[in-house]
Amino acid sequence: MTLSLRFERVGKRYGETVVLSDISFRTEPGELVVLVGPSGCGKSTLMRLVAGLETLTEGALYAGDQRIDDLPPHERGVGMVFQSYALYPHLTVRENLGFPLEVKKVPLAERAKEVERVAELLSLGPLLDRLPRQLSGGQRQRVAIGRCLVRKPEIYCFDEPLSNLDAALRTQIRVELKSLQRRLGKTTLYVTHDQVEAMTMADRIVVLHKGVVQQVGRPEELYDRPANTFVARFIGTPSMSLVRGKVEGGVFESGTMRLPLDVPDGEVVLGMRPEDVLVREGGPITGVVRTVEPVGEVGYLHVEVSGLRIDVEGLAPGSASETPRAPLLTASVPGREAFGYAEGSELRLELRAERLHVFDASTGARIERSRV
Amino acid sequence: MKPRALEFVVVHLVLLVASAAVLYPVLWVLRLALSPSGRLAASGPLPIPDELSLSSFERFVFAEDFHGRPLFFMQLGNSLLVSGAATLVGVMCALSAAYGFSRFAFPLREVGLRSMLISQMFPAVVTAVPLLVLLDVLGLFGTTAGLVLIYATSSVPFSIWMLKGYFDVLPRDLDESARLDGASHWMVFRRILLPLVRPGIGITALFSFMNAYNEFVMASIFLDDVTLYTLPVTLQQSVGGHDPDWGMFAAGSLLLSIPVVAIFFFVQKQMVQGLTAGAVKG
Repeated sequence: MTLSLRFERVGKRYGETVVLSDISFRTEPGELVVLVGPSGCGKSTLMRLVAGLETLTEGALYAGDQRIDDLPPHERGVGMVFQSYALYPHLTVRENLGFPLEVKKVPLAERAKEVERVAELLSLGPLLDRLPRQLSGGQRQRVAIGRCLVRKPEIYCFDEPLSNLDAALRTQIRVELKSLQRRLGKTTLYVTHDQVEAMTMADRIVVLHKGVVQQVGRPEELYDRPANTFVARFIGTPSMSLVRGKVEGGVFESGTMRLPLDVPDGEVVLGMRPEDVLVREGGPITGVVRTVEPVGEVGYLHVEVSGLRIDVEGLAPGSASETPRAPLLTASVPGREAFGYAEGSELRLELRAERLHVFDASTGARIERSRV
Repeated sequence: MKPRALEFVVVHLVLLVASAAVLYPVLWVLRLALSPSGRLAASGPLPIPDELSLSSFERFVFAEDFHGRPLFFMQLGNSLLVSGAATLVGVMCALSAAYGFSRFAFPLREVGLRSMLISQMFPAVVTAVPLLVLLDVLGLFGTTAGLVLIYATSSVPFSIWMLKGYFDVLPRDLDESARLDGASHWMVFRRILLPLVRPGIGITALFSFMNAYNEFVMASIFLDDVTLYTLPVTLQQSVGGHDPDWGMFAAGSLLLSIPVVAIFFFVQKQMVQGLTAGAVKG
């Protein structure tokens, strides 16, 4: 049996500073939920509230039917893997793994058996008598996960577990972690600032920004129907191009870009992903190639469209002050083709009308289109 | 090859001169201790005794009281006992306090830390009179236990600051992880943090021990029984009267240095590590 986790209007303040406000969502039992957002968005704090390392200032937290926010950390059935791994440097791998059982005064024989079981599961057997400093980054992380497994928690928390690993290892461990989570079948909260990690690992994603939930949904929902410009910008690499413009009589206009758009008149933000911006002979939009990025199986062209107003609001702190952004659209082309485009050359673009996203210009919220 | 050889000679020459400059006074003490007269009369700039004699050492080591008891060994024992006990008590108190100051937020925490720092600004003698009264009330005046109490308490503020530094650099994730596992504060302290601050405990204990071992003023005020004296008191008394015996003083001070030099010799590696440990995070 595994438990669901329910957040009910959870808030956290430090004095006057509001870190989290009005967080409400629930996970399904056994689900892997990724908390994602830029640094400082409150995702780690939210996880620490679940683990009991911080106390919430508003709302309530439930595991299954039981309220857990007033329980001491070790009675919540929550296990956590820290970003730093938090291995005890003076204890061997065996002692590290056995520590939670040592605390519980589990008899030695039973302790040894459980440590062996977990070591087997994570292929830590040959490392049991080493000290943490004698292990590689990936091995340390497995020990940290093992120590969490030993406790047999009902809910797992992973705080940016891959951020200290190099890129190649990260991909490998990502896969391992996901399959481990499937095997365990326990509800798991996973914090990361990396949206690719979030997309690849999550059953569902919770996007946080400035302590507020922006959207909760399956990866493809977030990708296909972002709830606002923040999510639109945050999910997907390269980012969605967001263009401000005016709709009048069913026609969207921004600079030299004009296209039919079936939303009520007014100021809107139009979003288009690179794969929905196509290079087409005789397309309605004229642009000049500014940068070419051949990535491999696909290439990206950053195309300047004269007069285009790029939406810059709500960007991550720091970049918002970036004064008028160059009027660029990102288009994608099949891999090898990218080499054929010279910077400075002129081309025509076409947008996939059915895949465009429309947002309210003042609130940033998604506007549902009546028909396509 | 040639520049290498030249470099070798120059470096060693410089080091020799520097060592000689540092050791010169010590060599004079050695000369005083080894000359039979034990007089300060200068006989040239070189610290070489006219004739060798161990009589000053004999006078110091084999001094006896009226009952024929060997004072030196009793006093050496007193010194080691007092310093050792004061270190033990002081460091134990400071450890738990340093853990608290490092890990918990509580009212007046900053004030406490500051006032401990301020207390270190005044010379210990300032507190002599109130301590005298206190010890008298407690019935500990003139006892070894009284002296231990004074040394232990006076070393605590410094030790807390030292040890707090060692606790501060240990990542909090360690405590938090252990707490999630259900460990009590005591268990976090004993099983996780204490082993990790061991180098710090060593250094702090060494400083505390040396302080107590070398301390003279308090000991001379609070002790009146010659069999309870610590060595620095005896040392002072050998030159304190009308007929100062500088030879005995020199011999005694050399003997007094041996334990500290020995400890330093054995822990110097750890010492250097310990002093720089706080400098680099992680």
